[in-house]
Amino acid sequence: MTPDLADGGAASAAPSPAAAERAARAPLMSVRNVTKVFGRDVVALRGMSLDVRQGDFISLLGPSGCGKSTALRLIAGLSNPTSGRIEWAGGGRTDADLGVVFQEPTLMPWATVAKNVWLPMRLRGKSFASCRADIEDALETVGLKGFEGAYPRELSGGMKMRVSIARAMVTRPKMILMDEPFAALDEITRFKLNNDLLAMRAKLNCTVIFVTHSVFESVFLSDRIVVMAARPGRVIHELNVDEPYPRAEIFRTSAEYAAQCRAASEALNEAMGGAGAGHE
Amino acid sequence: MTVRDTDPTLIDADELARQRRRRVEKIASWVLPAAVILLALFLWHWTVVANEIPHYILPGPGLVGEALVANAATLFDSWVITIQTTALALLAAVAGGVGLAVLFNQSRFAEMAFYPFAVILQVTPVVAVAPLILIYVTDLDLGLFVIPEKVLGMLIVAWIVAFFPILSNSTLGLRSADHNLRDLFSIYGATRWQRLRYLQIPAALPYFLGGLRIAGGLSLIGAVVAEFVAGTGGMGSGLAFRILEANYRLKTDLAFAALILIALTGVLIFALLSFLSHALLHKWHESAVKREV
Ligand SMILES: Nc1ncnc2c1ncn2[C@@H]1O[C@H](COP(=O)(O)OP(=O)(O)OP(=O)(O)O)[C@@H](O)[C@H]1O
Ligand SMILES: [Mg+2]
Repeated sequence: MTPDLADGGAASAAPSPAAAERAARAPLMSVRNVTKVFGRDVVALRGMSLDVRQGDFISLLGPSGCGKSTALRLIAGLSNPTSGRIEWAGGGRTDADLGVVFQEPTLMPWATVAKNVWLPMRLRGKSFASCRADIEDALETVGLKGFEGAYPRELSGGMKMRVSIARAMVTRPKMILMDEPFAALDEITRFKLNNDLLAMRAKLNCTVIFVTHSVFESVFLSDRIVVMAARPGRVIHELNVDEPYPRAEIFRTSAEYAAQCRAASEALNEAMGGAGAGHE
Repeated sequence: MTVRDTDPTLIDADELARQRRRRVEKIASWVLPAAVILLALFLWHWTVVANEIPHYILPGPGLVGEALVANAATLFDSWVITIQTTALALLAAVAGGVGLAVLFNQSRFAEMAFYPFAVILQVTPVVAVAPLILIYVTDLDLGLFVIPEKVLGMLIVAWIVAFFPILSNSTLGLRSADHNLRDLFSIYGATRWQRLRYLQIPAALPYFLGGLRIAGGLSLIGAVVAEFVAGTGGMGSGLAFRILEANYRLKTDLAFAALILIALTGVLIFALLSFLSHALLHKWHESAVKREV
């Protein structure tokens, strides 16, 4: 936590307790040498490999068009790799294993907040009454207790996003995929939601893969940062953030945080071909 | 930055102005149309009197009113019949339009095969084929009851006119669900039926209701056209037949009375369907939501 650690950044030598804990995590899913080609010649991803372990909070960080969303869609099973494989520990994944949050809140405008959160359970054939406790619990975690009966149009952008997060967590999935969920929000709301997201993860003890353009967000939230480059989309760096959870707001002002941000920025710069720091 | 205590009795000037405007608009929304109708009636009356137009060419509003009252019983019976034909045709149009839309949505090939056919049906001037349709049909025995050929023919004519807006709007609506929501349904392993029931149908509802409002008016037009062509005498003759009959006998005032009833029916159908649309959508859809400014 001293400024002179800054040079080492992510690659600091002595294995911290956080690093040891990370290494001991059980494997959950691996992306093995996955390539995705759209049409004849748009190579969205080339030879991507990533081992995801249980409890990881992974940020995919990279410039626009580097295949972050494509990678997420492949992991979610929404499209198939052109070559390579995605393997889940213990066979395939079931629908219950995954929660998803998109850049837009993606709520059903005709349904109330509670009915929106019910959706994943409903699709599994569960009645509203039998899910009520879970729904209320999820809404309480994201700070929306009392809004069960509201319609999405009555909520602010940040509140809609909270509903979307509640919906992703209501089934207590093993893994939550998030594609730039807070990109459209103002910074104050974003900081608050960052904290809430960490609280939710602590409660659920789930794995998160989080796509972002923001160096600061990726450092604050995650313990593994995967930096990607475009044309063709590929992984060029992996950084670890050893700050233990729970992380409080004070982490944002620490020297360790600044050092990590600098390391991630440099990696991102390299991803963009060393051309000026125009990220976020 | 100034902070004002929130006093519940405190209503700001904007809010007062808004309330006033709302009151004025509410009154105006009744008074204005009524005034325009009265003005039109007066102009009509004045034209007839000033030009000394004979009543069998153009009767004044007074005469039409008298004819309406004098023939109330017959006109009412015909009115009921026209409404029946219209309502049945609209029901059939909803069933056919929605049914085909769902079929097209579930099978791309069915859509490719039959959509052009539906368009052809739509663009064919129904007045031209209506007499043929009435010749082709025969009584339809449904076991429980028999639909007389004339009624069946009229229903088919009205149906052809009315079903297309429902089909095309519902088809569009079923495709209009947000693509991220569709992905979400895939991720959660939704079945086809769940996707249709929980995502596509609610998303299509506003589109369907828009089509329904158009189809409501069209089914009345279809029913009137069918009655004109069918020309049933005696029992089972609707308002359009009354118009034909009155014209033959130079009772133009009676024809106008029937015409007014038809127009009134159209307005009623539109109002009813608008109300239905509002009742179903007002909680969530932008078109029906009253926003606080
Ligand atoms: N369905 C598709 N068809 C054709 N090309 C696609 C498709 N989806 C993505 N691509 C291409 O693949 C590349 C990677 O796209 P992707 O959406 O994964 O980028 P991204 O990293 O998520 O970018 P952003 O940060 O702007 O969201 C882009 O060049 C894009 O044009
Ligand atoms: Mg993207």
